Amino acid sequence: MPLRRGESTASRSGPDGLPRLLPADTTMPEGLRDHLARHGFVPYRNGRLQLAADLRAAGLTGRGGASFPVYRKLEAVASAGGRPFVVANGAESEPASSKDASLMWLAPHLVLDGLQLAAEAVGAQEACLYVHDTQGGQLASALQSALSERWSARIDRVPVRLAGAPARFLAGQETAMVNLLNGGLAVPTFAPPRVFERGVAGAPTLVQNVETLGHIGLIARYGAGWFRRVGTHAEPGSMLSTINHADGSVRIIEAAVGTPLRSLLAADLGTDGMDGPAQAILVGGYHGTWIPAPSAAGLTLDNAGLRPAGASVGAGVLAALPAAHCGLAEAARVVHYLALESAGQCGPCLNGLPRIAKGLATLAGMRPGPRVRADVERWAGLVAGRGACSHPDGSVRFVRSALTVFAAELRHHERGACSATARRPFLPLPSGTAVSDEDWS
Amino acid sequence: MRMATDMDKQLRVNPIECSGHGACAELLPEMISLDEWGYPLIDPRPVPPALERQARRAVNGCPVLALQLGRKR
Repeated sequence: MPLRRGESTASRSGPDGLPRLLPADTTMPEGLRDHLARHGFVPYRNGRLQLAADLRAAGLTGRGGASFPVYRKLEAVASAGGRPFVVANGAESEPASSKDASLMWLAPHLVLDGLQLAAEAVGAQEACLYVHDTQGGQLASALQSALSERWSARIDRVPVRLAGAPARFLAGQETAMVNLLNGGLAVPTFAPPRVFERGVAGAPTLVQNVETLGHIGLIARYGAGWFRRVGTHAEPGSMLSTINHADGSVRIIEAAVGTPLRSLLAADLGTDGMDGPAQAILVGGYHGTWIPAPSAAGLTLDNAGLRPAGASVGAGVLAALPAAHCGLAEAARVVHYLALESAGQCGPCLNGLPRIAKGLATLAGMRPGPRVRADVERWAGLVAGRGACSHPDGSVRFVRSALTVFAAELRHHERGACSATARRPFLPLPSGTAVSDEDWS
Repeated sequence: MRMATDMDKQLRVNPIECSGHGACAELLPEMISLDEWGYPLIDPRPVPPALERQARRAVNGCPVLALQLGRKR
């Protein structure tokens, strides 16, 4: 095997094709030995911001949802003054997403390599890995073992502590996370200061999604040119996507950015002129956008390709809603959940989301009154852009696209009919809502 | 019409601190109205110099100090 420490990795040409992040064997977590055999030792650069130029040339953007250029965050944190802190954000709070959990489970060391490299790039001496402690803590304990193994093998230069995220939709939101790590609740705070100026313990804080860190681990080894071999010119590289298929199955795939939705959702959208079982595709999760199946079939999985449909890739969540299910009923269930997950701190969100949810539930029923839709639209306008975080904005995006895409269904309901034949809920929602502060810590 | 400059002052509210008291809308009705739940809807345009004193009074009149007058961001 294996490369010895310090041995050059520059001559490594980088793996061809996809997947890049996920190991070939996706049944078992990749241990440290196999990880080192696949990728070699962590290519430390021994200096601040040495990596930023590569990340800039690679065109890597954040894979947590915001698609922000990674090098710009690194530069902002490194130049903010003081001793920075780094957080790997693995709190994948979106119920329809499991790509981050899958990556951390299958290839923990790639993520942890990226965390070390990011810490080096900003000059941090401390880091933290922030994850949901779900499934009986199985993922968290596997990550703790991986961290211990790396520390004993002296691979990591910066100590990494594991921090648990509460099971709340907003737990992964940047300011909520920093507030929790500072001893408060996982509720958003009002910026400024931005976390890159003043975050964990008052230090300039770099927050990167765990998939983004995985890409950093690869770009540092194989270079920007290799990274750009897949993806589009404007949005290079690959991305993980959680695909919730119309048959109820869920798959994690790593695709080139810009891949046609038709090929990712062939079983849902249909092929060769044959319609598939999906009536609509939800792009970007529960803060995302509904798109009718026929339109989705002509789109690609990149921000430039999705923009005409009012959507963005977000964190790569796709969900295909089968024609047998009522889109209004599904939207109402999700918005009820989103309303309950509001931190309840900002007046418009606190007042507006429950009313919108109730309105949608009425629209999902039979013969809603003539003013309900207009009420929902007015409340949506009053909520958007008026919160400390993006929860109201994302929720409103979901609501507005649902009202547009399921407009024909709404007309059925107004006449006292529903075209759905399946009654059981389709989109995944967690059970349990917050009842006390404990649920936010 | 005036050109926007760096010196333009803009009103914004900290939505977490704001408790919907409504004092701001009373003190600066030219730029602030209340929504149906009593929370302020703020004109996003720069505060005209003629209203700056009044805007400052609205900022100082907020019982929870949620209203801010600052450089346009």
